[in-house]
Amino acid sequence: MQTVLVLGATSSIAQETVKRLAAKKMNLILAGRRTDQMETMKSDLEIRHQIKVSVRAFDALDFDGHDAFFNDVVDAHGGIDGVLLMYGAMGDQLEAETSFVETRQMIDVNYTSAVSILNIAANYFEAKKSGFIGAVSSVAGDRGRQSNYIYGSTKAGLSAYLQGLRNRLHKSGVQVLTIKPGIVNTKMTYGTVDDSPLLAEPDKVARDIDRAITRRRSVLYTPWFWLVIMLVVKLIPEWLFKRTDL
Amino acid sequence: MIKPVKKQMAGWGNFPKHTGFVYQPETVQDIQAILDDNDSSQIAYGLGRSYGDNALNENNGMLVLDHLNHMLAFDADTGLLTCEAGVSLSEIIDVFLPRGFFPPVTPGTKLVTVGGAIANDVHGKNHHTDGTFSEFVSSFDLLLASGQVMTCSRDENADVFWATVGGIGLTGIIVRATIQLMRVETSQIKATYEKADNLDEAFNRFQENDANYKYSVAWIDCLSTGDALGRSVLMRGDHAERSDLDKGVRDPLALPKKPGLKVPMNAPSFALNYWSISAFNQLYYKSYKNESKLVDLTSFFHPLDAIGDWNKLYGKNGFVQYQAVFPKDNAPKEGIRQLLQKLSSEKRSSFLAVLKSSGKANDGLLSFPMEGYTLALDIPIKRGLFSFLKELDDIVVSFGGRVYLAKDSTLDIETFHKMYPNWEEFMAVKQRLDPEGRFSSSMSRRLGLG
Repeated sequence: MQTVLVLGATSSIAQETVKRLAAKKMNLILAGRRTDQMETMKSDLEIRHQIKVSVRAFDALDFDGHDAFFNDVVDAHGGIDGVLLMYGAMGDQLEAETSFVETRQMIDVNYTSAVSILNIAANYFEAKKSGFIGAVSSVAGDRGRQSNYIYGSTKAGLSAYLQGLRNRLHKSGVQVLTIKPGIVNTKMTYGTVDDSPLLAEPDKVARDIDRAITRRRSVLYTPWFWLVIMLVVKLIPEWLFKRTDL
Repeated sequence: MIKPVKKQMAGWGNFPKHTGFVYQPETVQDIQAILDDNDSSQIAYGLGRSYGDNALNENNGMLVLDHLNHMLAFDADTGLLTCEAGVSLSEIIDVFLPRGFFPPVTPGTKLVTVGGAIANDVHGKNHHTDGTFSEFVSSFDLLLASGQVMTCSRDENADVFWATVGGIGLTGIIVRATIQLMRVETSQIKATYEKADNLDEAFNRFQENDANYKYSVAWIDCLSTGDALGRSVLMRGDHAERSDLDKGVRDPLALPKKPGLKVPMNAPSFALNYWSISAFNQLYYKSYKNESKLVDLTSFFHPLDAIGDWNKLYGKNGFVQYQAVFPKDNAPKEGIRQLLQKLSSEKRSSFLAVLKSSGKANDGLLSFPMEGYTLALDIPIKRGLFSFLKELDDIVVSFGGRVYLAKDSTLDIETFHKMYPNWEEFMAVKQRLDPEGRFSSSMSRRLGLG
């Protein structure tokens, strides 16, 4: 029976992903700030799937507490088999351009905290010589655009970090999965993005994530067509790209 | 601050279509925050299976509650399930049928939420034996306009309980409920099919032995005329027990297979017309023979769920569903005959019209069923429909009956008052709980319910 730690368990993508994992009878550790909401998710997952779920308070920005948090979780469950990092912060680009507080929030949540907790997880899985690490990055990290490059650059940093980590952990048999969703209808984006044929529902993204873990993939674009879109976007030469209005 | 998306919404009939501000709250706290941050009124919107405008709120807020769908507690000894209001009967069946439990009341679709089932006090094929959904609701939590959450049951805040049961969402937002599931031994129904040549014969059969069947319904060919007026197929049954199944069946509680059909787009408006429906009804009637057999729960209870988005068959203009109940003591057969005659003489086509007997009314102030007979029809939107529906309403009122608000989109205030004489008592509770009108809908404004 596998046990998976989910960081940021109340994010829309995480909520759908844990349903998929629970249906495969994996035991779950839900971690995040909203413990009330996670308790509700716990009872639901336990009733529906007859698995064991536990809830842990986790503050991504409490870097000093990450070691103790991770060790506690591992001790309490007699080891874990995977970590999914599924939280993120998408602040307002225009506000971030004039407010370093807003910018810093995105950097710390999306990049610094991820590096902090995943460094610890990486050492654990490397010693164990098995397991998986998955983290939600974004297609926005593939190329900086004026409309969201601050958010995008934090995700670019995360993607590069995961790339290196994957390289390091390959020989230990640990899977590192970079998850790059396109535009998803989540509570983070609801009301800020227009209805579009590109807008994906979180349950579809979760299905792709579940499949990518099973198949031990390295990089997942979800839905799949973002692979094509980003390929084209990355091919546009910079002298032309800088003139666009993206 | 939780942001809405402005968009056009409709019920299952695709009529009317109203634009408002749609929220997707995930928690009770989210709903409280939305109420705090906005002056506009709100109405809960579940899976959109009500036909008309009871979950629409033009230029105001609609709270889509499908994320509020967690199961909170289940006691396998008693079958009591506590869940959030956005849990659907479909989810309950998927989770609990394999463990030997089934919703005690299910309407013609399982794609309804528990909150919606309470707010519309839905009924199923067992109304004559078991009553409405609310019979099996032991309590629910209602988020009030004040932001407080009130627990309501038959013993606690009973007046609010009976105003909310069937109260089409106007007393507050139902956020959680505890419901009694029923034990079953198999996922099959022992069904009996009998043809009746006309309305008299159908009524005779109902009166003769309906009480012998837990579930009972009749499909009526409402385009047949003359001596065949009201010819029908009675479909009645009970849960099969383990001993009714072949010994070789390994899993008696296996979930029926999920069908994969879906209507991809709106059909052109001429697709369903008098001639095509008439031909369908002929074939449908002929396809049945008098027999008893085992059928799976899905095909018995929710045959139309097998065709995803079947409402699109009626095209982009949509349709109305008209369901009326005629009380037992006031010549219900005559009332139904007049309704059917009107339909067939004006060639207002409808397929899958449904007749069933209903049991005693409960204390829900706006609850629909009363002891007697109900007739439900789909009618495509065409010119002259609304004056036609008004004529149907007048027939229903003259027989002391009423129409079902879950399916209504056209009733006027005066007729509503005649059909639902407890409306004043309802409004007294509503105004006490919600003096500023924080909860309202397109329907409530149409019917003078705030």
